[in-house]
Amino acid sequence: MMPITLNGAPQPLPAGSSVADLLAHHGVAPEAVATAVNGVFIARGARAHTVLREGDAVFTFQPITGG
Amino acid sequence: MVFRIADTDLNSRFFLGTAGYPSPAVLQQAIAASGTEVVTVGLKRQLAVQAPGTGSGDFYALVRASGARLLPNTAGCRSAREAVALAQMARELFGTHWIKLEVVGDEHTLQPDPFELLQAATELVREGFEVFPYCTDDLVSCQRLLDAGCRILMPWGAPIGSGQGLLNPWALRTLRERLPGVPLVVDAGIGSPADAVQAMELGFDAVLLNSAVAQAHDPVAMARAFQLGIAAGRMAFEAGVMAKQAMAVATTPVSGRPFVL
Repeated sequence: MMPITLNGAPQPLPAGSSVADLLAHHGVAPEAVATAVNGVFIARGARAHTVLREGDAVFTFQPITGG
Repeated sequence: MVFRIADTDLNSRFFLGTAGYPSPAVLQQAIAASGTEVVTVGLKRQLAVQAPGTGSGDFYALVRASGARLLPNTAGCRSAREAVALAQMARELFGTHWIKLEVVGDEHTLQPDPFELLQAATELVREGFEVFPYCTDDLVSCQRLLDAGCRILMPWGAPIGSGQGLLNPWALRTLRERLPGVPLVVDAGIGSPADAVQAMELGFDAVLLNSAVAQAHDPVAMARAFQLGIAAGRMAFEAGVMAKQAMAVATTPVSGRPFVL
């Protein structure tokens, strides 16, 4: 297993997992979130070939109210 | 009266924020009462796996159902790098290239950081975004944002959520006079409809507010009050407010004193 963080929480993941794999693991619909790895936006279409590496910080964002 | 902003025809000059309402139902009614056609939304770092119709998904569904255009913000960003990444995510998540660009430079006033803001705006314009920068009322930094390709400016009236009204009318008047033809939106600090009327009478194209409606005892009624005030202020601007006089100028066209020849 390879340690990464998801929204700041440690998250062990099988080596070679992609961002798309991570979302699927959590049962998240692809269009429900926007994603970033290490502060860089990862577009929906790029998730499947964005392979995560040890120590990567993954963030997911969802719509909220705003001013 | 239709006006045009970001290649879009709008009837309402009232942009409304969606945060802090007592309930999603009140938000929905306030949007309807306001007549707004542009509402702001945000993004939050979370991974909530929710059934449809619950939680934040509920809010988003009703905001979309309102038919108003979405103006996502980059609230919480402290650097150009963060703001650019968040804008990119907002574009994908909300399906719009409009972005209310917020880059805060001071924690107490939430004052925009003019340098990071300019850097982020430059990058986002290059990437095809329609950038609505939340900026200060400083004329030169506003000009730099226009130089960077922004087509709209959203200077503050007062700090976000403070409800203090237009703290520096002179600066706002100066922006209006020096930047004719640029869509200007007073964003933040508006507390009462009187403040919105003042902004509109100064010739601003629209106002954006949130707390003044959301925190009212009756947000739905206050949304309507702002709608009326904004329309009245705009009408007054177009009609031309009379010039102030230092002393009284008699109104009734009498001939001197009634009983004195």
